[in-house]
Formats: sequence, C-alpha cells, structure tokens
Amino acid sequence: MTNSTEPAPIQPPPQARPPKGRGRLARREARLAWQLLLPTLAAVSLAVIVPLLAIFWISFKPVGLADLRPPAPVLRESLRGDGDDMRVEYRLRNSSQDQQVTGVTLRDTLPDGVELRGEPEAPCQVEAREVFCDFGTLEGGDRARVAIPLRAAGDPDLVEEAVEGSLPTVTGNASNILTNLDFTFENFIRIFDGAEFWSVFWVTLFYTFFGTAGALIVGLFAAMLLDKSFRGQGILRGLYLFPYVAPVIAVAFTWVTLFDPFSGSANALLLQMGVTGEAINFFGEKPLALIMVTLFEVWRYFPLSFLFILARMQSIDTDMFEAADMDGASPFQKFWYLSVPQLLGILSVLFLLRFIWTFNKFDDIFLLTGGNAGTRTLTVNVYEQAFAVSNIGAGAAVAVVIFLCLVIFSVFFFRVMSREEGL
Amino acid sequence: MRPSLVGDAVPRRLWRLPLGYFGSDESRGSGMGGLRSGYVTGVLPGVLWTFVVATTVAVAWSFATGDAYRPSLIWSAAAGAGLGLAGLRWRRGGSRMAIWGAMALVVVAGLVASWSPVAVGDSATATGRVSALIATALGSGIGLWVILRDCTPGALSRHHFEAALIRFLTGFGYIFFTAIVLIPFYVMVMTSLKSQQALLQNPLDFSLDLSRGWDLLRSYRELLTDYNFGRYLWTSFGVSVATVAITLAFSIPGAYAVARLRFRGRALFSRSILLIYMVPMIVLALPIYIGFSMVGLRNSLFGIVLIYPVTTIPVALYMLQGYFRGLPAEVEEAGLMDGLSRLAVIWKITLPLSLPALASVSLYVFMIAWNEFLLAFMLLDDPSKFTLTRGIASLNSSEIPRQHLMAGAVIATVPIMALFLGLERFMTKGLTAGSVKG
Repeated sequence: MTNSTEPAPIQPPPQARPPKGRGRLARREARLAWQLLLPTLAAVSLAVIVPLLAIFWISFKPVGLADLRPPAPVLRESLRGDGDDMRVEYRLRNSSQDQQVTGVTLRDTLPDGVELRGEPEAPCQVEAREVFCDFGTLEGGDRARVAIPLRAAGDPDLVEEAVEGSLPTVTGNASNILTNLDFTFENFIRIFDGAEFWSVFWVTLFYTFFGTAGALIVGLFAAMLLDKSFRGQGILRGLYLFPYVAPVIAVAFTWVTLFDPFSGSANALLLQMGVTGEAINFFGEKPLALIMVTLFEVWRYFPLSFLFILARMQSIDTDMFEAADMDGASPFQKFWYLSVPQLLGILSVLFLLRFIWTFNKFDDIFLLTGGNAGTRTLTVNVYEQAFAVSNIGAGAAVAVVIFLCLVIFSVFFFRVMSREEGL
Repeated sequence: MRPSLVGDAVPRRLWRLPLGYFGSDESRGSGMGGLRSGYVTGVLPGVLWTFVVATTVAVAWSFATGDAYRPSLIWSAAAGAGLGLAGLRWRRGGSRMAIWGAMALVVVAGLVASWSPVAVGDSATATGRVSALIATALGSGIGLWVILRDCTPGALSRHHFEAALIRFLTGFGYIFFTAIVLIPFYVMVMTSLKSQQALLQNPLDFSLDLSRGWDLLRSYRELLTDYNFGRYLWTSFGVSVATVAITLAFSIPGAYAVARLRFRGRALFSRSILLIYMVPMIVLALPIYIGFSMVGLRNSLFGIVLIYPVTTIPVALYMLQGYFRGLPAEVEEAGLMDGLSRLAVIWKITLPLSLPALASVSLYVFMIAWNEFLLAFMLLDDPSKFTLTRGIASLNSSEIPRQHLMAGAVIATVPIMALFLGLERFMTKGLTAGSVKG
C-alpha cells in the first residue's frame, strides 16, 4: 500500500468553522439585558453599595452625632449705643468647641442713612459702604468681636432695623470630620473593649439560634397539623399566618401590654391560676427577658417556616407512604423514615436563611425591651452606640462587625444552597 | 422558594432499610409493651387531654368574663382517667353509652360535690360555673372518644397506639396554635375598647359594657381627631402604593433580563440579588440617616418614598425572575418571530401571563412598606409627616393611655389583615416565593 493512493483527508472549508466570540445577536441581547438592569443597578448601588462603603469609612472615624453638622462661624450682628457712641457690632463664634475654622471672612453692606463715624476696628475695612473683615483662623471655641463706629440721623428704631436688616455673608472652611483623612481604630478598640461586646455577642447567638430553631420546630408541627384536607383548613391556615402579616409594631406593643407586670392579662391569669405567687416582670428581668424576646421571635416567624414546610410536604409523593403502609410502617416510622428525610433539604435551607435574618433582626427587640434587661443584640447595639451614646463611629464599627458575620454566614449559605437547589 | 427545591428524590435512608424493617403489626416492642396496654393508653391521654381542655376552658372563660377560673389538677386527672377508660372500645365497634355516662358523671360530680375539673372563684356567676363544667365535660369526652378510636382494653398494636397518640397531639396542636395566635389579637382589640380604670381594676376582664354604646370606640375617635391618625393612614397608604409602583417599574425589566436574556455575569448577578437581600437594614440605616441629614431629605416623605423601594426591589426581582423562568419561552419566541421587539414581547406576552405573580409581588411589597418601622422611625421627626407605624411609636409613652396605643395597633393591623384575608391565595404564594426575609 502506498500512501499516494489514499485520498487526502477532507479539510473543512475555512469559512464553515464554528464562529468564535459572540455574534451580533448575542451582543445585542446582552446590551438589552444591561439596559434593562441599569435602573435596578443604579438604585441598588446608590442605596446599598454606597452606604456599605460609607459604613466602613465611618467606622474608622472618630465621629459623634454632633459632628454631622460641620463646624462653621456663627454670626450675630447688633447696633449698640446712640449718638456719639453708636456702632454696629459683629460677634463671631466658632460653632465647634475643638476644631478650627480657617479663612473666616465677613461681608456686609451699610444701609443708606448711616455714615461711618471713624476708623473701623481691625481687621475690618470699609470701602464705599462695603464692609469687609478678614478674621483668618478661628480656633475651636474662639469668639471674635469687632465694632464699626457709625453716625446716623433719624429714628433710632428705624436705623437699628435697617442696620441689622442687612444680611452679612460669612465664609469659613472647616475640615469636615466625615470627609477628611483622619482615621482611628478607637471605635473598634472601644467596642471590643471589656466584657460588654462578648455578652452582646452571646445574647445575639442565643436569640438567633433558639429563635430560628424554635420557629422551625413549631412551624413543622403546624405544617403537620394542616397537611390534610378538612373543612376549615383554609381558615386555620390564614389564621396561623396572622402573627407574620400584622405590623411588627402592633404585635410587639400587644405583647408588652399582655405581659405588663402591673396591668397585664398574662400576669393576672397566672396569679389567679396559682402558677406564680407574685407578678412576673416578663420583659424586665435578666434571663427571662431574653427568653421572652426569643419566644416572640418564634411566635412571629413560625408562620413562615410552616408555609414553606407545608408547600414541601404537599409535594411529597404519596406512593411512598402507600408502600410503607403495605410494609406495615407505623405512623411515627413513616414520619421519621419518610417525611423527615424528604424535608431535610428545605429545613436546612430555611434554617440558614432564617438564621441570617434573625441575626439581622432589629425592630422586634428594640420595640419589646429597647435592648434592656440583657436583651441587647448586635443590631440593637448599633442603634444604642450611634444614637443613645451619640457615637456614630462606634455604631458603624458594630455594623461592620455584623456585616462581616453576615459575609461568613452567606458563604456557608451558598454552599448549602448550591447543594440543595443547584443554584 | 423556587420549584426546583421541591425535588422528588427518594430519601437515601430508605434504601438502606433491610427488608421487613418496619416489622409486622403484631410485633411488640419489649420496652413499649407495658405502655401500649389499652388501659394505659386510655388513662394517660385521658388525663392529659382533660387537663388541656380544662385549661382551655378556664382561660377562655377568664378572658370572657373576668372572673376567676382555673383548672384543677386533681379533679381533671380524676375525670380524665374515668373518661379515658370509658372511651375505650370495650365491645366491638364500641358503645357510646359509657362515654356519655362518664360525661354526665363528671358534670354531676362537679355540680353536687364541686369536684369540678375547672375550679371557680367566688365571684363567678352560676351560669358561668355550669357552662364551664359542661364545656369541659363535653370537650374532653367527645375529644377522647375520637382520640381512642380503635383502642381496645387489652394490649394494643403499635399502629393503634401511635395513631391514638397522633390524634391526641393533633387536637392539642389545634388548641395550642389557635390560642397563641388568637389571644394577643383578642387582647389588642379588647384593650382598645376599654377604659383605663377598668383595665387597671381587673386586667382579665375583657367583657364589654355594651351600655356605653358608641362611647366604646372613644379611643379610635380620639386617635382620628386629636392625634392625626386619619392623616397617617393616608400617608401610609400613599407611601405603600408609591413603593409598589416604583418597585415594579424597576424590578420587572431587571427580573426579565436575569430570567431570559443571556449576558456575561448573569449567574453572579442572580446570586448577588439574594446577597443584597440579606444585608441588614440597620447597617444601611445609619449611613442613610447621615446622608439624608446632609442633603436635607430627612424628615420628608419624598426621602421615604425614595428609600423604601430600594429595600423591596431585590425581593421583588428575586420573586419575579423565578416566575418568569417558569413561563414557557416558546410563546415569547413566537412573538419575536412575528416581529415584536423584546420590549413589546415583555409588555404584550410576558406581563399578561404573569399577572398572578405580579399580584403576589405587589401584595408582598405593599405589606413590607405598610409594616416598615425602622426607617420611618429614624428618618421622620415631624408629626405632620408620620406614617402609621411611626405614629404608633409616638403613642408609646407613659402619658398616653394604653388603650390608645392598642387602638393605634388595631388601626394599623386591620387594613393589612383585610387585604390579606381578601387575597389570601396571592398573599400565601407571595410569602412562599420571596419571604424568607422577615
């Protein structure tokens, strides 16, 4: 056999190769996609990404609630004396006690009917009724006072009105604590300092874990009750969703009213049934308050778990249960060996998602106890630090800690989620 | 959740079960044998069930009348044991004589010797006393008759024993859940109708003094006239509707792009939606507060309408893209072939097909906006601009009586509940689709 007789291998014509890169249609589709997404992207980045970056920035800043207004010179203008003693006085004050304001100047116009009576005090000059003063730098808490002697004829009240009625312009530059490049670790040192942070952290974990697990278990129980059709099933299902649908502020205040130590019905009921000898301060005592807010969390969110679990239960194939019946499985065995493994997926996804959400929860505890009596969680601590202690920087530092915890949880979540849902 | 979560895999553990694992109906566990005797099964659930019923009746009667009712441990145990034994099927098919007799006996013992499962204080009326007794007897007797179906006096099969136990737990569950859900709402409504003195005098007395007539609604009238709640109601409504409109306008195109169009970064994008959805509001609220203070948007409803949709767009986008994915792509492709542009396809084909999903999403977003508290609380200080939740928060002070606070809570709860009950089907769907968020 010689090679020469063999036909040459067929070469595909060069123009028939599969196209590389993306074609026009695909590019157009992608462009349209980005156009459709643009509004959402813009809104979300403006209201989520920017604040997130801001919170990281602020957490390294020594900034308090009062610093939100940058320091500026504050002016008071008044006409004093009369006759030969008449003068207009400008009094300037630095609004901040500890930061300087630079380049402070003042401009004003003398109204008609008043004349300059002598030399204006330094650092002011008057040229053709235009007053200009250059004060330079005002240190924190500094005041400056300058008088310009005047002469006027006519009704003193009218003169006073005219002089004080002119609107002077004051300028001054202050370094804004929010935008300058002063950084500090003080916020983080402060929040990690002492036992307080760790007690807050453990309270958060307790609340999150037991709140989530409790809601899941109670929800599972409720789902099993409703996983059969009977008359009134729809009504009961709607009823059991009430705690979740009602505004949190309404139900939280109802719980506070119900468990009030003096006028609460729960205490009255327990006293009368002889369960307790004296009124219990449910939301005011140390370990009990934490248990109560956790119970509230369970009460408010069991409807969600029950809805999800019920949806999953109703999609389980009934053949399997019939087969188990044929094999003589008892009801508990069917539950444990058939239902539970089928539900494990949704239970784990629900647990993780709810765990993250409970971890993030702020309103409930804030409304029930305000974070008192050993119920201060990390989220409530953000509010406490920023607004009660007026230390925005420390509040932001706590928020950063929360965000970092969240990142860890969501990495974990996406692992499980990918396994369960193929996401 | 997306429907793909609802898989149909056979549980792995089932495969590993040896043949005949479940055992036959006749097999008796050695440890459980004693417990599974019919007598024990009759007495034990009997006692527990009767105690549950007695407690329920005591709580219900206390709340309704304000008088002292409480379950008696001893007598409900005694009555329960008797009723449980009488509820067993002594003859094939059972006879109702025994259980009716036992119920009558419980009532007679309670009336004559005051051995009642529900102990009654001196203040209670005779009617209350007798009705509580009869209700307890009927509730425990009939309940036990149902629970103990198929339970004979002798040894019981595991099947019958567990079935009885499950029936007991089911009954207990219905009572338990109904009670924990209803009691707070009952207290909320009734407190709003009482006067301060009546509340302090007897916190349990929720009976209404109907002779007061329209005066019962006094706290509502005062809230609506003196406290501006009529205005807050409209503000909340307007803000919620605006939030729904803006959210839909942003999330429909976004969801369609993520669900249908191919572009680089699609997977990343659909993941980050979920991630953004998890960022806690309190973390964002602080910078938003600072930013709004600086640009003067704080204390304005415009600022609120600006910020609410941002919190709801990711949720809505996530819910809608799941739904869009489930729609058949062929219909849209047919539209494209017929010369419609993409936008026309969305407008004329996709949106009409997804009306139910749009209803669910709108309802859910409306609910979030209506119930939102944190941002309204931080950003609004001016009482003329309050939303309803912010208005209620301002009622929480020691100078304002409790019934006003509760009336405010009712005013905020009733509209959302009415909406929910009227459109429950959509609401339930919306909740399951997006609301892993709380």
